[in-house]
Amino acid sequence: MLTPAQFLADLLNPDLAFLPKALAIAVMSSLICGAVGTFVVLRGMAFIGDAVAHAVFPGLAVAFVVSGNLVLGGTIAGVITAVLVAVFSQNRRLKEDSIIGVFFVAAFALGIVIIAQAPGYAGSLQQFLFGSITGIPDSDLVVVAVTGLVVLAALFALHKEFVTISLDRESARAMGVKVFWFDLALYVLVTLAVVISVQTIGNILVLALLITPAATARLLTDRLGVMMLLGPAIGAGGALVGLYLSWSWALPTGGTIVLVLTAVFLLVWIGRPTRVRELLQRRPGRPARTLVASP
Amino acid sequence: MTGAIAVQDVAVDLGGRRVLDRVALEVERGELVGLIGPNGAGKTTLLRTVLGLIAPAGGRVLVDGRAARPGRSAIGYVPQRHDFAWDFPISVAGVVMTGLTASLRLGRRPRAEHWQAAAEALERVRMLELADRPVGQLSGGQRQRVLVARSLVARPSALLLDEPFTGLDMPTQELLGRLFADLAHEGRAVLMTTHDLLGALDGCDRIALLNRTIVASGTPAELAADRAAWMRTFGVGEDSALLRILKAA
Repeated sequence: MLTPAQFLADLLNPDLAFLPKALAIAVMSSLICGAVGTFVVLRGMAFIGDAVAHAVFPGLAVAFVVSGNLVLGGTIAGVITAVLVAVFSQNRRLKEDSIIGVFFVAAFALGIVIIAQAPGYAGSLQQFLFGSITGIPDSDLVVVAVTGLVVLAALFALHKEFVTISLDRESARAMGVKVFWFDLALYVLVTLAVVISVQTIGNILVLALLITPAATARLLTDRLGVMMLLGPAIGAGGALVGLYLSWSWALPTGGTIVLVLTAVFLLVWIGRPTRVRELLQRRPGRPARTLVASP
Repeated sequence: MTGAIAVQDVAVDLGGRRVLDRVALEVERGELVGLIGPNGAGKTTLLRTVLGLIAPAGGRVLVDGRAARPGRSAIGYVPQRHDFAWDFPISVAGVVMTGLTASLRLGRRPRAEHWQAAAEALERVRMLELADRPVGQLSGGQRQRVLVARSLVARPSALLLDEPFTGLDMPTQELLGRLFADLAHEGRAVLMTTHDLLGALDGCDRIALLNRTIVASGTPAELAADRAAWMRTFGVGEDSALLRILKAA
């Protein structure tokens, strides 16, 4: 096994230029998925996260076949599927999970049919499904960084609306909050986070970046703000350690990252999260000026 | 001149079925009105119609003289407690602040005056000392008070409470009952659905019996004496325990 110093040397080796790029993309993806994943976990949206992860596949496949922009293709497909789910869910005869089940499998099937049109598609399919750290162009770094910043900025800007509809949708509607549109906005953000992560971790495993770090963070804190910082930190740490282990032992990168994240989740679960939680909650109270009622 | 909440000859259809028919009800400012009826009578549907979440098939609903629609800050809404995600990692003050989400513009963060309004709302329900506590750690009564504080933070002139006593012990019900009466007597119109007959008879200024339509309404004393109205509303006979409860009240 490589020592951390050897891994660092490989990262700095010009002959292995793909390695630092893979690390940068893996860490950025994990940061963004960790932040978006907070709402996915808290709203019990794991299934729709999975659906969106699969739904981007036909868009990626089309972009691949026509040599177009993967992020754009995946986003369009993910958003179309999210809109279809949102619209078809208005029919009360069917629950939302059934609608999601119909559309995400259909989208995935469409992706397989489309990518089969590309010559040598088996290798491409493998790359899409399980990720690949080689051959990441410099332009992807820029796309992932810019898209990530947009996602984080949107999360920040829409934070209070996302919290409000997560707590109680009926009251949010009564207040005049446009629940449908904010749901859609969240789906779009999930889609973007998924699309930029597919490159490293693959279509099948990307759900782990959304769910596992945020779920681990939830075990550690009762504070939303802390959770939104911890989730990305755990994801980024898992990406770093996962890439290191996969490079050391020639293991599949995506799978190794997911296994590292799962190990962290299990350790936290088995450990004594209440103690850690108490430590994290020991912070100064809100400034007195903000929460003192008038006499 | 109409009441702060005026339900005028309202009919509501859901799923092709008439759920409310020719409902007429007024709630004045300063008045706590209890809405009582059996399961499926349309109590929650009526509240949702007043909130503007359901468009009536007939009639109209006015709040402070204007047609009901979502986002009217004139109405504060307290949903049933089980409709709220109590496992969400957020503080009591954070929950109360969400009552201002619609009035804060997109991308705007709360300012000092908004936190001040949240503090006042929490003070009103005697929960200010727990402002920083995660909501998941609260008791049932405290949770109910947090929801009331959230509904008060936008300083509404009318309050709608959906079965606020469900699952609470008697002392907590009494405490909340007094709070609701106080909130009404401070000048708000308060409409509350409830299955707690004794609490309603004891604490409400007026009671309306609902079963698809308003079967009867009046002061608690008037309705306590009208056994036939209760029998019609709940579809029970003379030997019903409900009537014995009424008699005891």
